[in-house]
Amino acid sequence: MSYAGWIILTASLVGISCGLVGSLLVLRRMAMMADAISHTVLLGIVTAFLITRELSGIHMLIGAIVAGLLTAILIQWLHSLGVQQEASIGVVFTSLFAVGVVLIATKVGNAHLDVQHTLMGEITFIPWEKMSLPWIGEVPEAVFILSIVLIVVLIAIIGFFKEWKLTSFDPALAASIGIPVVLMHYVFMGLVSVTTVAAFDAVGAIMVVAMLITPASAAYLWTDRLAIMMGLSGAFGIIAAVAGYYIAVWLDTSISGSMAFATGLLFMISFIASPKHGIVARLRRPTLTST
Amino acid sequence: MILGLSHNAQWVLLSTLILGTAAGIIGCFAYWKRQSLMSDALSHAALPGVICGFAILGVKNLPVMIAGAAASALFGALLIHWIRSSSRVKEDAAMGIILSVFFGLGVMLLTFVNRMAGASQSGLDSFIFGQAASMVSKDVWLMAGLALLVLFISMIAFKEWKLFLFDAAFAKGLGLSSRWMNSLYMFSLVLVIVIGIQAVGVILMAALLITPAVSARYWTNSFKGMMILSALFGGGAGVIGTLLSAYGKGWPTGPFIVIAAASLFVVSLALGVRKGLLVMGIQQYRQRKLLNKPSVHQRGALERGNSA
Repeated sequence: MSYAGWIILTASLVGISCGLVGSLLVLRRMAMMADAISHTVLLGIVTAFLITRELSGIHMLIGAIVAGLLTAILIQWLHSLGVQQEASIGVVFTSLFAVGVVLIATKVGNAHLDVQHTLMGEITFIPWEKMSLPWIGEVPEAVFILSIVLIVVLIAIIGFFKEWKLTSFDPALAASIGIPVVLMHYVFMGLVSVTTVAAFDAVGAIMVVAMLITPASAAYLWTDRLAIMMGLSGAFGIIAAVAGYYIAVWLDTSISGSMAFATGLLFMISFIASPKHGIVARLRRPTLTST
Repeated sequence: MILGLSHNAQWVLLSTLILGTAAGIIGCFAYWKRQSLMSDALSHAALPGVICGFAILGVKNLPVMIAGAAASALFGALLIHWIRSSSRVKEDAAMGIILSVFFGLGVMLLTFVNRMAGASQSGLDSFIFGQAASMVSKDVWLMAGLALLVLFISMIAFKEWKLFLFDAAFAKGLGLSSRWMNSLYMFSLVLVIVIGIQAVGVILMAALLITPAVSARYWTNSFKGMMILSALFGGGAGVIGTLLSAYGKGWPTGPFIVIAAASLFVVSLALGVRKGLLVMGIQQYRQRKLLNKPSVHQRGALERGNSA
């Protein structure tokens, strides 16, 4: 496949996995939790690098999952001690992220891992780092990891669809009929961490937030059904990835930046033109007050 | 003079001290408005403005860049408010959208400008993580002036702020315009964020607003006390972080300031007199002892129960 083809494929894989996970995040009102995890994943990656001294995918994945779960647990713990939810998110992720940045600046140096890379991603290098797979041939390592993550996300979402749907919309009912709400929460946080770290390498910490939250919020404006929302959100993720790539090529600028910008454009279109919840639709029937 | 630092380093130290103080005070307002993460979204949203301010002049000029940052952050705040109030997207998602999309736009513009300015990075990258060492005395004056303005605003209307934060309905009943107060609050918040981005950077600026306020909460129940403590913590974190980052060449200031603030937070969490872990532990221990030591009545009841 061509160079551009691999980049678009990578970005689409990011878009679809993030879109699927993101719709649950948006419904559970945990959008800022995604922001927090996407930042603290950096600490996990740096720690994994400092321990193993190599930049291989699997170590980073483990480090990132640990960091993501640690973030979720710390936030929950602080909240249970009486700190506001928002404030505890803010305290935890900024501190852990700062530790990660300091470790990079002082210990790791600019040799393998630099801050710029982790924030903005280096999608342009992805097609060069190839690995060979039996039967398929040469594929970039990132594409391989992202495909596996997408499969994991799909299995988890199909497997726990009913449970997550219920815990998202009515946690009290879910608890009363015996669904382990807390366990489900942490499984979901683990899934968010996995998706984040896989996407992180391709698009960087901040763009992961864009990919997780914006397509899902746009899809939320179009439909009332969870399954459709997830599908739409994944589709929006792909569209944003492809559009972002071509915008970047056209303007000769940062690919991950313009992908984040493209998700914003998609959201703006949905915000204005969505048939149910858009601005135009609201103006056309001003008497109908929505809930 | 101080610890044998160079002249410029003293200026930088002074500016981070003032900045931390102002951020600590505004952070208290944000904490009680339950908008801690709003500061995070707004500081990210300031990035495109900074870059535009640079692109217009072609050179690094702090006043223009601060103006650009303020415009872009205020625009972001407006959009968040608009999305939240006129669609069913919730506030947290709206903040996430604005934060990431504006930052993406900023990165796009940064790539442009870096190419435009040629090989010289023009110090724009330092706005992402903060490079206090790059400040000169003129920048420090501007920062100090704006920070003092924020301090002045929060002092002069202290009573009104208190009323507005804790009982907005009553404040309205007394004839205090909540619209004006909200605008003033947003204005001060954005002002603190934009003066902080050169020293701390857009990504970690939020920490300087959130962490000192949360730490101060562990020591006192009075709002005034919390504000004073939070200002002290913020200023202290600014100074300690700047000193630490001065040890290495090219180390970013922002993360060190944030780590200093986080350390102060951990100390407060452990030792704070109000709901600190140690105090809570001692209280629980005492309660448990009280519970385990049966009183005379209970002993009697137990014996009666056993004999029956």
